[in-house]
Amino acid sequence: MIELTTTSPLHTFPGGIHPPERKAPANSTPTKRLPLADRLYVSLRQHSGLIAELCVSVGDRVTKGQPLSKPGVDNGLPVHAPTSGVITAITEHPLNHPSALTGPTVCIEVDHLDEWGAREPLGDLSTLSRREILNYLQTMGIAGLGGAGFPTARKIAGAQGIDVLIINGVECEPYIAADDRLMREQSQGILRGSKILQELTAAKQVVIAIEDNKPEAIAAMTAALSTDNSDFILRVIPTRYPSGGEKQLIQILTGKQVPANQLPADIGVLVHNVGTAFAIAKAVDAGEPLLERVVTVTGETVAEPCTAWVPIGTPVGHVLQSCGFKAEPQQRVIIGGPMMGYTIPSLDVPVTKTTNCILAPSATELRPADEEMACIRCGACEQVCPASLLPQQLQWLAKAKDYDGLKQHHLADCIECGACAYVCPSEIPLVYYYRQAKAQIREQLIEQQKSEIARQRFEARQARLEREKEERLEKHRKAAEARKAAQAARAESNEEDPVQAALARVKARKAAQEESANAPAVDDKKDQVAAAVARAKARKAQREAEQSSEAESAADDKKAQVAAAVARAKARKAEREAAAQQAEKNGEDS
Amino acid sequence: MSFFIAPSPHHHQKRTTTTIMRLVLLAMVPGVLAQLYFFGWGIFWQLIIAGSTAVIAEMLCLSARNRSPVRGIQDYSALVTAALLAVSIPPLAPWWVIVIGTVFAIVVVKHLFGGIGHNIFNPAMAAYVLLLISFPVQMTSWLPPVTLAGDTTSFIESLRLIVFQFTSDGYSVNQVRAVATGQLLDAVVMATPLDQIKTDLAQGLTLSESLRNPIFGAFAGHGWLWVNVAYLFGGLVLLQQRVIQWQIPGALLGTLAVATIIGSIVAPDTLPGLNIHWFSGGTMLAAFFIATDPVSAATSNRGKLIYAALIGLLIYLIRSFGGYPDAIAFAVLLANLCVPVIDQYTRPQAYGDVRGGQ
Repeated sequence: MIELTTTSPLHTFPGGIHPPERKAPANSTPTKRLPLADRLYVSLRQHSGLIAELCVSVGDRVTKGQPLSKPGVDNGLPVHAPTSGVITAITEHPLNHPSALTGPTVCIEVDHLDEWGAREPLGDLSTLSRREILNYLQTMGIAGLGGAGFPTARKIAGAQGIDVLIINGVECEPYIAADDRLMREQSQGILRGSKILQELTAAKQVVIAIEDNKPEAIAAMTAALSTDNSDFILRVIPTRYPSGGEKQLIQILTGKQVPANQLPADIGVLVHNVGTAFAIAKAVDAGEPLLERVVTVTGETVAEPCTAWVPIGTPVGHVLQSCGFKAEPQQRVIIGGPMMGYTIPSLDVPVTKTTNCILAPSATELRPADEEMACIRCGACEQVCPASLLPQQLQWLAKAKDYDGLKQHHLADCIECGACAYVCPSEIPLVYYYRQAKAQIREQLIEQQKSEIARQRFEARQARLEREKEERLEKHRKAAEARKAAQAARAESNEEDPVQAALARVKARKAAQEESANAPAVDDKKDQVAAAVARAKARKAQREAEQSSEAESAADDKKAQVAAAVARAKARKAEREAAAQQAEKNGEDS
Repeated sequence: MSFFIAPSPHHHQKRTTTTIMRLVLLAMVPGVLAQLYFFGWGIFWQLIIAGSTAVIAEMLCLSARNRSPVRGIQDYSALVTAALLAVSIPPLAPWWVIVIGTVFAIVVVKHLFGGIGHNIFNPAMAAYVLLLISFPVQMTSWLPPVTLAGDTTSFIESLRLIVFQFTSDGYSVNQVRAVATGQLLDAVVMATPLDQIKTDLAQGLTLSESLRNPIFGAFAGHGWLWVNVAYLFGGLVLLQQRVIQWQIPGALLGTLAVATIIGSIVAPDTLPGLNIHWFSGGTMLAAFFIATDPVSAATSNRGKLIYAALIGLLIYLIRSFGGYPDAIAFAVLLANLCVPVIDQYTRPQAYGDVRGGQ
């Protein structure tokens, strides 16, 4: 059981770094509203997990807040129309994700009316069950806004016996000021959301943690707490990256570590981001689903760095253009901060529920990495690792693809904060190697599982074939036995064997068939032979007649000519006769 | 347009290997100046010869290994090795001594083991041991400090001595040494303080009798005291600049101090005190510049403590009971050998490791 007070000692985590914070100037102006984009691209996939099932189709007009997909099961979360407009397409569109892959996306042609659909606030929570409230948060699409966008309802549902609920307003990553501005401007809403969270988790204590580099946010939260009479504890923690990491923040506040392969809830702690708390309050009290979030737009290539409420699905390009972005050669556009953010290849990708910062730095501001040099084993990485790992050893092991070694050196506990790569004098992109190794280990695991399943299937099939064979043999054996028994019985009763009788019948039938088949075949042959002989005779007669006419034509005296004429006539006659004969024969033949 | 893709983190603190090595070289300047003041211009020439040999050897090795020679020497690591070796050998040692040593350090100890980051031994110290064993006479011929001799070899004369082993007047190194010690014809060796103590103790003198020798001042050896103070200063600058951490110099000097104090209590007549051990020979150079070589040292904080404590202890044992007057190189090499084992058993406990914390 963890018990904290406003004065209980703060603990520390090993390592950590102090990169330049550069939260100003983005954090020094109130959160803006940028002009609406003409087209929004709402990805159906906003986080890991299943893609939610669509409930609209192309051509539909949607109002602000109308669900575009169903709540779904498990990690599924619905998305909502961030403003009113017409659905022009439901198609593959680049995702806002380090992979730069595409995913199913609803494209909305914005009508700039921003017309709300029906809003149904939840009303009095005391009359509702925990399950009903969680279901409501699920249908409102509430996701963790601090990190990976994990469905909030599911995170709460999975947590039992919570001692401390930590509301994370640390925002330790340089440049990002979204939570800072939100705490300054919406402190009441954050408190309201935190209270709902406390009720849902039955947490005994609520601690709001803020880094000491945000005095205005601390003042605003303190003021809100004092008017509120709540027993929430506000803890100001020293600025050090990555103190806002869930595990590090738990260690700072409670002195405890989350055991490997376990969740914070297993030690009675639950951490939620201030943005999530505010989104919950808005959903419950105003009936507004998660439609927009605060995004920090900053970097030296942006003329007006600021924080802004940006509807989910707004193209990153639109946000940057609205803030006066001018690209340099080799420009990087980073989603997230300089330590853990990822670069995107095109500005078409939309803002998602987890986009807390769009950073477009100049090359002098964040100098691009130099070529990697050899590791000199200086151990600077080890000094700064907040998870007490050996980054240098991990690097050797990752390069050698020694996956067992990597597991032994706790690669899985690396939170990819980038502190090691930040200090590395050889500019080795350490995190890149770890990510690659993690992906390969994951792939290997999947392969192993696949081959294990294949093996099991093969073995099951072998067993089945074997069993079926045995069964068949057994059946045959039984049938043979039964036959034998029947035979024996018949022999005893002197009955005729039906099998033998059947065989005899078959033989007799066969013999009869053969006899009847042979006789007509012989007659046919005789006819054919006779016809052939007749044809041959006719041909011979014709040939003889032709030959004799040729011989007589050789004589040249008159007598001979007369004789020849007579002969010709005779021959013609003979010819005619022969032809007639032939015709007669042919008639016979046909 | 397509934007530039890079892995996170996108920010870097920009303290590169080159920066670190440059700072190390800069921090050596006070020590080098002290050596120059007390032992003449020789060290200047040794640094020049060692530096150029190292750069050439490094470039040749990198070319032979199909790596960019220009990029390779930009990390300054070859120059640091050369400088550490050059300040460790007698200033008027013949040129071929430092050349052989530097080539051995770069080619054999560094590149044959895989280049920067892969050598298990400290290149400068391995080369020093090679030279000490191969050329014991040249490697122990230190001149007496200028403050005692009252005369110094000029800038050019010292170069002549290094290159030709004779001055323009035809004096050899030994004759120059003899002149410097005031014994013109008799080439009696003027030893370093540690050498002197070792010899005297071996001859049955007590420590206090040995310390009456003119090479000792009120506190420690003439000249050597200031050389060590200068390296200590440079080392503190490195600490302040966070180029090195306190663990290695702290544990090395601490262990040496504890061992010395115990020794002095047990045998005050035969074992020198802390003043001698800390401010003679290469103690401060070793603590801040040699043992802190990241490549051949242990990596974790606990590992560094153990590694440096081992060096401190070995320095004391070899100096007190071994055959050689100074012990830095041997102690460092022996500790280098233990690094893999130290690293294996000093792994920090990972966050959330079931054995830990709870």
